[in-house]
Amino acid sequence: MGKQSIIPFGPQHPVLPEPIHLDLVMEDEKILEAVPSIGFVHRGLESLVEKKDYQEMVYVIERTCGICSFMHGMGYCESIEHIMNVEVPARGRFLRTIWCEMSRIHSHLLWLGLLADAFGFESLFYQCWRMREKILDMFEMTTGGRVIFSVNKVGGVLKDMDEGQIRQILDTIEWIEKELTKIKKTFLNDYTVETRLRGVGVLTKEQAHDLGAVGPFARASGVVLDMRKRGYAAYPELDFEPVTSEDGDSWARCEVRINEIFQAIDLIRQAAAKIPAGDLAVEVKGNPEGEFFMRVEQPRGEAVYFSKGNGTKFLDRMRVRTPTFANIPGMLQTLKGADYADVPILILTIDPCISCTER
Amino acid sequence: MAKVKKSPWVLHYDGASCNGCDIEVLACLTPVYDAERFGIVNTGDPMQADILLLTGGINAQCQEVVKQIYEQMPRPKVVVAVGTCACTGGVFKEAYNILGGADTTVPVDIYVPGCAARPQSIIDGIVKAVALFQQRSDEHDKGIVNGSREGES
Ligand code: SF4
Repeated sequence: MGKQSIIPFGPQHPVLPEPIHLDLVMEDEKILEAVPSIGFVHRGLESLVEKKDYQEMVYVIERTCGICSFMHGMGYCESIEHIMNVEVPARGRFLRTIWCEMSRIHSHLLWLGLLADAFGFESLFYQCWRMREKILDMFEMTTGGRVIFSVNKVGGVLKDMDEGQIRQILDTIEWIEKELTKIKKTFLNDYTVETRLRGVGVLTKEQAHDLGAVGPFARASGVVLDMRKRGYAAYPELDFEPVTSEDGDSWARCEVRINEIFQAIDLIRQAAAKIPAGDLAVEVKGNPEGEFFMRVEQPRGEAVYFSKGNGTKFLDRMRVRTPTFANIPGMLQTLKGADYADVPILILTIDPCISCTER
Repeated sequence: MAKVKKSPWVLHYDGASCNGCDIEVLACLTPVYDAERFGIVNTGDPMQADILLLTGGINAQCQEVVKQIYEQMPRPKVVVAVGTCACTGGVFKEAYNILGGADTTVPVDIYVPGCAARPQSIIDGIVKAVALFQQRSDEHDKGIVNGSREGES
């Protein structure tokens, strides 16, 4: 047996845009165990329900994370809407769906770029982020913000899209579809890239299930789990099947995310074809009383929003369970027995979002 | 912008942010905004960095890390607070675990407001930081020791 040593990884590390700390117990070049410590970005966001009323909370919850900001706001609003029995008008629900799927495209492109950066393929990283900028332009055009939009409110959405804007979104996603088809080949078939991804960090279906993995991380191991199928926003009216893969390695996770971008493009097209005219939101009167668990499929997996109202304008409790939190046990499992050089890729393949996890 | 004699190296660290400002900082480094055309280079190593971009507020646990990073940077150095969170604590100001903006922990030279700060204003902040860095290193060369502030290590 070789000598054991502990290598600290993070919180400030070149491959991590966000702080997380891991103690890697190593034997020679192999990792025996990874011990995480989190809390570097904990803000205590949930406790703000004591100071902000339930309508203002939308803007706080949105800032749980800047990448899936729209979906955080939406998940929270839907939970309150369920408590208060508010029916969001159809147009509002379709607009939410379009923004959700655009967020998914932008998040997955961002991840693909970071992955390319982790295995040292700079130009691929730039290509992904160049495509992502187009989606951000569309966000800016429709909502006014690039990463934080604040277009959700309890009862619906605040901004509308006109014909021209929808047209432009469709043109943009068509361009992205074309570009992504080209880039897909490099990610999935390039020999060098494949050697860095194939067979690295395998998580079997049983492990994924037992460790409670969610989202693309679980779907890449063959677990069919997609909260959109439970039906919220306009998803019940759209036609789609969860994207899965079998191998459970880093390559499969990459494949699932690329295919999900194509799926998101398809969903936006369906939604744009079906979007009805009408109101954006209904007026909400009174205060929430009761509790509800809302489950939303974010780019990283299932997020849970629990709200408990007591009949006043301040909620009793608000809780967010984010996908990265559920995926950390799975990530630690894939790190066991891995090479030190693969650590950045393994951490990245769960698409960690630390600021969600710690709130 | 002042004439730059040396390319300053930029280090980015995320305090307790929501991530929105971080991805905008990263977006600044990609070809669309390309902040590197102003002669800066992005680095991951505090010991080689000249300009520190801080996003997010400061909480009890990251305070030590931020202090350490700041102390590891060689003088002269410039600190830029990116985003409303880093300026004042922003939307999380009243949360129990936020001590406040970046200036509760390290001396901040340039404040970039916005939630999330737009790439254009981040670039503006970087350009100002580059000029300030040049001025400080000139003073440093002339032997004016106080190129950065008094009383720091
Ligand atoms: S200023 Fe806004 S976008 Fe930036 S980190 Fe703070 S909450 Fe997030």
